[in-house]
Formats: sequence, structure tokens, C-alpha cells
Amino acid sequence: MSQGTVAGGAFPAAALTVDRRRARRRAAWRRRGLVLLFMSPWLVGFGVFFGYPLVMSAYLSFNHYDLLAPPRWVGWANYHYLFHEDPQVWTAVKNTIWLICVLVPLQVLFAFGLAVMLTRARMGVGVFRTVFYLPALAPPVAATLGFVYILNPVTGPVNVILGHLGIQGPLWFQDPHWSKPSLVGLGLWGVGTVMVIFLAAVLDVPKQLYESAELDGAGGWARMRWVTLPTISPVLLFAVILGVIQGLQYFTQAYVAAGVAAGQASQAADVTAVSLGYPLDSTLFYPVLLYEHGFTDFQMGYASAMAMLLLGVSFCVTLVIIVNSRKWVHYGGAAR
Amino acid sequence: MRRMRWAAVLAGVLALAATAGAAAGSRAAPAGTAAKAAPTPLTIWVGWSARELSVFKQVVAEYDKANPDVTVNVVGSINDNKIVAAIRAGTAPDVVSSFNSYNVGTYCSSGGWINLAPLMKESHISASMFPAATQYYTQYNGVRCALPLLADDYGLYYNKVMFKKAGITSPPKTMSELAADAKKLTVRNANGTIKVAGIDPMIGFYENVPERWVTSFGGKWQDSKGNSILAQDPAWTKWLNWHKSLVDWFGYNNLVRFQAGLGDEFSASNAFEVGKVAMNLDGEWRVAFIQAEHPNLDYGTAPMPVDDAHPELYGSGYINGTIIGIPKNGKHTALAWDLVKYLTTNSHALAELSNGLRNVPTTKASATSPEIKPDVHFATFIKIFTNPKSSTSPITAAGVAYTNQVQQFATKWQAGQVSNLQSGLTQLDKQLNAMVSQAKGPGVP
Repeated sequence: MSQGTVAGGAFPAAALTVDRRRARRRAAWRRRGLVLLFMSPWLVGFGVFFGYPLVMSAYLSFNHYDLLAPPRWVGWANYHYLFHEDPQVWTAVKNTIWLICVLVPLQVLFAFGLAVMLTRARMGVGVFRTVFYLPALAPPVAATLGFVYILNPVTGPVNVILGHLGIQGPLWFQDPHWSKPSLVGLGLWGVGTVMVIFLAAVLDVPKQLYESAELDGAGGWARMRWVTLPTISPVLLFAVILGVIQGLQYFTQAYVAAGVAAGQASQAADVTAVSLGYPLDSTLFYPVLLYEHGFTDFQMGYASAMAMLLLGVSFCVTLVIIVNSRKWVHYGGAAR
Repeated sequence: MRRMRWAAVLAGVLALAATAGAAAGSRAAPAGTAAKAAPTPLTIWVGWSARELSVFKQVVAEYDKANPDVTVNVVGSINDNKIVAAIRAGTAPDVVSSFNSYNVGTYCSSGGWINLAPLMKESHISASMFPAATQYYTQYNGVRCALPLLADDYGLYYNKVMFKKAGITSPPKTMSELAADAKKLTVRNANGTIKVAGIDPMIGFYENVPERWVTSFGGKWQDSKGNSILAQDPAWTKWLNWHKSLVDWFGYNNLVRFQAGLGDEFSASNAFEVGKVAMNLDGEWRVAFIQAEHPNLDYGTAPMPVDDAHPELYGSGYINGTIIGIPKNGKHTALAWDLVKYLTTNSHALAELSNGLRNVPTTKASATSPEIKPDVHFATFIKIFTNPKSSTSPITAAGVAYTNQVQQFATKWQAGQVSNLQSGLTQLDKQLNAMVSQAKGPGVP
């Protein structure tokens, strides 16, 4: 009986523990459900606009798909053509590497230089900040059209002024040697967004660090090298990664500039491929070629294979930069 | 007697069913026999815009008026990207038209545009009513998924005033004469740059693409198996060498700089129309543009000059043109076919379109129709169209990429970036064959 009593007393206690556990679990699930509910807009967006296209793109890269007939499995054939037979792909890769190697360092230097200058301006700071930032607001297509017009070898104001000075200006977007530098000029003109980020970072450098450095006898260059650059190095890393990814995806400016500069060429009223990479493949960047294969040639399977390669390369390059950044990026006391 | 009554009822039901079935398959029953049905809406997409679109709409309006059972909605400024996107989305119109035939391979092989052969057979229409070149560029591998809706062909426009000033009495008929006349007609500035070009031969300028030039040399593209033979056919080497020597005479950079100062091709600033070039390779539509923009221009038209060694080619030219078809999954296929049939085979409709657009009417009968407004400039292009030696470029699974690849090679060649022409053409052949194989997909012959 006593056993029973003891047992009878223990049973409700155990049941209570089980009930509490269940209640805690229910509460935990409710919390998780709530978190999921709040995250759901992002989850849906990520799934629909990123996850699904990524998976489909990976699948289509192993298919022959012309957009009209159902996809047909072809194994590695698209990748074989990409690496061994496509006559234009390596030209596009070389042009893209050139752009990243030249444009990204120049953009970072230019934006950083402007930001430093703006921190030192004594008058009209607001005006200068606005003026230097404004080009970043111009839509890429409009900005490119403007540049092609300004740099027209015959009627453009730049060459007209050079002509008055007795100098025959270059052919700019019509010359394969000048077309990429012209695009770099366009890129530097629109560097406002990166400049603003640098400006905020430079203004955020603690003044006492400069004062300490001055007391130690550091000059202007030493202060820049040992105080400013290490302090803003996380922002530099951000600018470099952003620039490289934008370089790998460089499309609009090149596509528009080539089309407008080629201007007169017309194989058929709605076929733009004639101006592809104009002049002489010099503006044929990887994303331009990808677009051409996918949406003009209707070879979406092959274009997907190109996209998969681009994704892989973007991932590897970003990884290398981040791993390498441990040597030169200083996060101070903040967590990475 | 009762059996007779049942038989009569059954016969009546069967007759009704048969009538209903027939009505669903083709045009609706005549008005008055039943309650008047609302006209079926049909939509047609075409590439024309602005003035040209209104011409097309007028012809469609005539069809609309004659066929009260349909109302046709015309949508302009359509290109191949829009057509493919609509077919994919299941929102394609009843009838579609593309400005060029480069993607016929894709449309026919994928089934994106339905095979018209059964409908043509049913309507007793034979493809032989169209000239050979147009028959070719509206099918792929024997599947006829398109019909020609007006054609474009190419000839030589020349400025008579400039010719007279230079002492030239007639348009050139051979490539040697063309080069000589071009040099004679060219005017340079004091610094050697070009003020007026006798002709601008640069590939990429206006309508200058390889297929329109090599036709004058009788260039062949493929062998009977569909393999590229540009390196084997001496016509290609001959044309490219002739072409390069003329570009070099002008100076490549000189021509690039000259072109940068020229107006847009499809504007009143067109270089030929404003006298910046004395001769120009162009399509038949330029006649209408000149009439509208520079009616006082004193000019002439002629077939393109040909290789000196092949005088028999004179009079022929390159042909391509607008095509029309019916997308898959259409709801009103029979009615859509009626409209396609009218637009592509009715001589009156073709003559009206040709008069308004100054494009070449596409049936053999309409090319000689008395309804075609006589025009000495335009007549040249009708002759080129009906010339049996006129030709077009190959229709392949690679679509427009095929001829673009050739153009990429030609632009490098004219810029001096190809050191050995023969090995360059051999390499190009390999690239073109690989491109077609890739476009077909493995395992497809």
C-alpha cells in the first residue's frame, strides 16, 4: 500500500515533468513558427528568385534547351563545347579579366582619393559631395549613351575640342584599343556610391589615433598608411569584393556602348548580334556572350552552363579574396 | 412508319452534329442561318512600326471587312525574343511574323511554329508559287513552318549627279568596275580623311554583311551534307581579298572615322540620301524612304556588280525577308490559317503591301501583278527577286549565330587581324560545324 502510495505520489510528479517538457517543446515550436513566419517573405523571395532559378539553371546546363521544345538531357556536352569549341568564350574571359584587373583597382583608388579629398575640403563640402555622388544616380543606359555621344570620334565634344588644339582624338568606342579604356572612364565617372561608403569610413576613423600618430612624429603619408588604411580596411575589402563581382557581371554598359557605337550595322532589324563585342570583340565580356547565347541564339542549356561556370568562378574569387584578406584587414575589437 | 420517323430524327441529329463539327474546324456558319455570333478575335504580331505598320493595318482592315466572322488586332514592333517568350508563356497570338528568317531552324525544329504543310495541302496551295530562295528560307529540314510575307533583296543605289560629275555613264557591272568607280567618286579632305566615299565597303556598315556581298561572287556555304565549305570554295577567298584591297585603299581607320560621322541608317540623315556616299548596297525599301525623305534625290538602282569571272551572275542578288507562321497551341488555327493564306498568297493583298511598304511581293504571280505601282527604281528589285540565280544564306539550327560568326571573321579580316586567310577560313569552317552540332544537340543528325 505504502509502495502504492509512494508510487502514487511519484507518478503525478513524473507526469508533471513530462507535461512541462511538452509545454516547453510546444513553446519552442511556436517560437520557431513565429520566426519562420517573420522570415517567410525573405524565404519565399529567396526560394522563388534565387533558389529555384539556381537549381533549374544547374539542371538545364546538362540539357539541350531551345526555349520552345522540352529540355533534352545531353550530359556534359554543353561544358565540352564551352571549354573546347566555343570560338568566342576565351576572348570574353580575357576581356572580363582585363576589366576586373584595371577597373576595380582604379575604382577603389579613385573613390578613396575623392573621399579623402572631401574630408579635407574647407568650403562647399556639401556641394562637392553632391556633385561627385550625382553621376551614380544616372541610369546605366543613359550614362552610357551620353558617354558614347561625348566620345564620338567626329561629332563628340571631346574630339572637337582636341581638334581645335590641333590633336586628332582617338576613335574611342570605335577603336578596339580604346573601347575598354572608355568603359573604364565611364566606370570611374559613376563611382559615387563607393565614394560615399569610403567617406563615411574615413570620417569614422577616431581622431585620437591621428593625434597619437602625430605625437609619434608621423607625417601625412605615415598617418594614411598606418592609421587610415588599417582602420578602413574592412570597407576596402567590401569595395574590392563588390567591384570584382560587378566586374564578373559587367553587362549593361558594354552591351549598350557596343550597340550604339556599331550604330549603322544592321543584319536584320531586330538582331543585335551584329554589334556583339563591337569593335572587333573588344567589348565582348562574359555576361554579354552569355546573354547572346541564351536570348538571341535561344541556346538556354548552353547559356546555363556558362552561368554555372560564372557562379563557380565568382565563388572561388570571392573566397580567395576573403581568405587573403586576413593578412591585411583589421577589424579592431569588433567581431568579424 | 414509326421506324421511318426514328430514322428521320437520327438523320437530323447526325446532320446537326456534322455541321457543328465543320463549323468548329473552319469558318462559322453564314449569318442569318442562326443567331448572329460575335466575331472571333484574332491577333497578329508583326515587326513593322510607325508608317509601315499603318500600311499593314490598312491591308488587314480590308480582310476584316470581307470577313465579318473575325476581328483582327494588329500589334507592331515585335521581334523574335518577344515571339519566343510568348510561345513559352502560352500567350502567343494567333499569327506571328518575324522580320527575318534566321531563326526558322529553331521555330520549325522545336514545333514552336506549327507545320503548315497539311493546311497548305488542304487548301491546295503549293510552295512552288514562291521563288526558290523564299521556299528555302521558310522551311527547315523539310518542315515548312513559315511562309514568306514580302521579301527583301539587295542591289546597288548610285547617285546620278556624282556619277555625271565623275564622268561615269553607267552603273558598274563587275567588281573591278565597282572598285574603279568607287575610287573615282571618293573625295578626300586635305588631311587625307574621307569627305565623300565612292562606296563604304566596311562589313558592319548599314546593310553590309558577308552574305549580301559573297552572293555576287557565287559563294557557296555548305556541301550536300550541311558541312561548311568556305575554305574550299574559291569564291570566298576571292571576295575577301577583293574586299580587303578596297578597304585598304580607303584606309581602315579612315573608314571607321568616316562612319562615325554618318547619320543613322533609318533616318533622313542616311549617308546615301544626303550624298556622303556615292554608291551603296541597300535593300529595296530604300526606294520608299528616299521618296518620303529626299524626293528630289537624283539616283538610280541596279543589280549588284558581280565577279569579273562570272558575268552570268549579273542581275541576281541576295534575298531574305519577312516570314509569317502560326504558333503552337493556338485556339483558332483554322481562322489563323485563313488570314495567313490571304496575306501570303492573295495577289491583291501582296500588291497593296508592296505598294505601301515598297517591299517585294512574294508570289510569282504578284511580282507581275498589274496592281503593283510602276517605279523604275523599284522594278530593279522585282527583277532581282525573280532571277533564278538569286540566292539566300543557309538555314541552320544555329539560327542567326551562323551568319554572325562569318561576319565576325570578315570584320577581323578587314581590320588586318587575320594573318592567313586560308587557314582562317578552315578554322571558321570547323567552328561553324561545331556550332551547328551544338545547336542541334548530341545525337541529332
